[in-house]
Amino acid sequence: MGAQTLYDKLWNSHVVRQEADGTALIYIDRHLVHEVTSPQAFEGLKLSGRKMWRTSSILAVADHNVPTSGRAQGIADPVSRLQVETLDSNCAEFGVNEFKMSDVRQGVVHVIGAEQGATLPGMTVVCGDSHTSTHGAFGALAFGIGTSEVEHVMATQCLLIKKSRVMQVVVDGVLGKGVSAKDIALAVIGKIGTAGGTGYAIEFAGNAIRALSMEGRMTLCNMAIEAGARAGMVAADETTINYLKGRPFAPQGELWGKAVAYWNTLHSDDGAKFDQVLEIDAAGIRPQVTWGTSPEMVVTVDGCVPDPAAISDAVKREGAERALNYMGLVANTPITEINIDKVFIGSCTNGRIEDMRAAAEVARGKHVAANVQLAIVVPGSGLVKLQAEQEGLDKIFIAAGFEWRDPGCSMCLAMNDDRLSPGERCASTSNRNFEGRQGPGGRTHLVSPAMAAAAAVAGHFVDVSAI
Amino acid sequence: MHKFSLLDGLVVPLDRANVDTDALIPKQFLKSIKRSGFGPNLFDEWRYLDHGEPGMDNSKRPLNLDFVLNKPRYQGGQILLARENFGCGSSREHAPWALEDYGFRVIIATSFADIFFNNCFKNGLLPIRLDAEKLDALFKSVEANVGYKLKIDLEQQTISAPDGTVYKFEVEAFRKHCLLNGLDDIGLTLQHVGKIKAFETKHHAEQPWLFA
Ligand code: SF4
Repeated sequence: MGAQTLYDKLWNSHVVRQEADGTALIYIDRHLVHEVTSPQAFEGLKLSGRKMWRTSSILAVADHNVPTSGRAQGIADPVSRLQVETLDSNCAEFGVNEFKMSDVRQGVVHVIGAEQGATLPGMTVVCGDSHTSTHGAFGALAFGIGTSEVEHVMATQCLLIKKSRVMQVVVDGVLGKGVSAKDIALAVIGKIGTAGGTGYAIEFAGNAIRALSMEGRMTLCNMAIEAGARAGMVAADETTINYLKGRPFAPQGELWGKAVAYWNTLHSDDGAKFDQVLEIDAAGIRPQVTWGTSPEMVVTVDGCVPDPAAISDAVKREGAERALNYMGLVANTPITEINIDKVFIGSCTNGRIEDMRAAAEVARGKHVAANVQLAIVVPGSGLVKLQAEQEGLDKIFIAAGFEWRDPGCSMCLAMNDDRLSPGERCASTSNRNFEGRQGPGGRTHLVSPAMAAAAAVAGHFVDVSAI
Repeated sequence: MHKFSLLDGLVVPLDRANVDTDALIPKQFLKSIKRSGFGPNLFDEWRYLDHGEPGMDNSKRPLNLDFVLNKPRYQGGQILLARENFGCGSSREHAPWALEDYGFRVIIATSFADIFFNNCFKNGLLPIRLDAEKLDALFKSVEANVGYKLKIDLEQQTISAPDGTVYKFEVEAFRKHCLLNGLDDIGLTLQHVGKIKAFETKHHAEQPWLFA
């Protein structure tokens, strides 16, 4: 066999059966489950009288609907409560391993999967959630699926999919001060657009990617879906292996050595062919801020809100006009002159310990600006929360006027009580700035944790690289 | 799953790019543990003037009369025209469920997001990719002609317009076969139990830590 890409290796090692038209039956190693996209799948399984194929491949957690404060009182909204209770009872009925709301290991599904070592290099990982791409950071093939497919995996441990094309995004050089993985992700999306990766899996490579921590790599792969790519990937290396060692679900003892030997082969071979290659100079990436209602509507913090009149493509121009109208912004306004009302630091994109540290670093000894009504920090999991508290980060945030909350998806999509009111403007470390995403009429600007903390302190966007 | 073969349906033009699944069905409706009943909340934030919550009587809510689904001429639409990157964002299958529940059977767009595209086929919805130029022509025709219908023939892979124009479209053979026959994917996959078991045994031997 000739030189293979990482994607080829992952694909080839999971093909059960190949259809004539290129569709293949692929074996799934890890299935992550949450409360929103699973009830209809469990129900389908029950109605058809089918058995679950390999219960031990599943790890379940409730994250979207859970409250981030006053958790001991349970969930107030009866509809949300029912959804979480349905997950609990389904998991009990089928014997699925679930981290309940009261468990310290509970958190956003994509944070806990990695944290537990439940996502390993070489695995196929699926979840009824588009940000499953996060787990590709481990050199795994990880992608989001719909509820019918959730049921399909439960019943057969397999999925019918077609091979994607592969795009290699090479980021070489050294990132500037105050520039993080989030900024790389937004810069890539700004360049290729939200449909640029459609039909592709993206492998991130280059020495700037190698230099990223696992947290940073997860942030990057998490956002691959916002570029349209169902999967993002980074080859497994020392950083990956060191991160996994000793995690509860990771192999131990003799198996560990065997696993590591295999994981060390999980990279694209020299000379492997990609369908597309994009090269980016790390040193040229500046802190990013989105201005519109799609992640591709992004500029650098020292830039201005674009002028739709300057866009030649009619569909794009109308889209930009509609976005500015929704966002309540005027063309050519400098980004640093945009005042904000709320700040959200958290989500599966930026709810990990490194994100907490980056935000705390900026908030240390400062205070949230008077015009900011609410600034919340929502750790991605109970264990991230614990770790942050051990490092004293909670005290820094609280002293600076931030609220320190319990883990969950929270204001990333506002299915619980954390949300924007109509017209409110938010600096958010989440991944989607769609209309209404953080609450009906809410206006979202996507930024990195350091940028969000800096905006909280200043009351408007500021360039963290200049602080 | 419904079978799909032929459709002669009214066309609704949604002239926007990057229509995301949050717009197709806002998150508050994702709290349902059922598969049906999402149709009245399809495009909720664009369709109604107030803020929708589950359990509301949608027939009493104020409509946004500027939104295309609320125009009298498009009532009963079964074919949705849209622009590029339709269905981007979240993997929520509630989006195709809502489209299907509303009555749509076909979506024609320049391009679709991968997960959404996939989800459509599981629910008897046919997503068709058409070049921007041809779509432009269709958008013009729909707007110019009240009651504009298109004939979709999945077997022949054709869209026929009233003026006699026929557009060919692509669809993967396997998906076409499933849609034409209303086949359930799980049932089909379970015909290969032997292969799956054999793979699993080999996989286990090679990477035992995956099964610990
Ligand atoms: S944090 Fe946001 S993007 Fe991530 S799983 Fe939760 S809702 Fe989805």
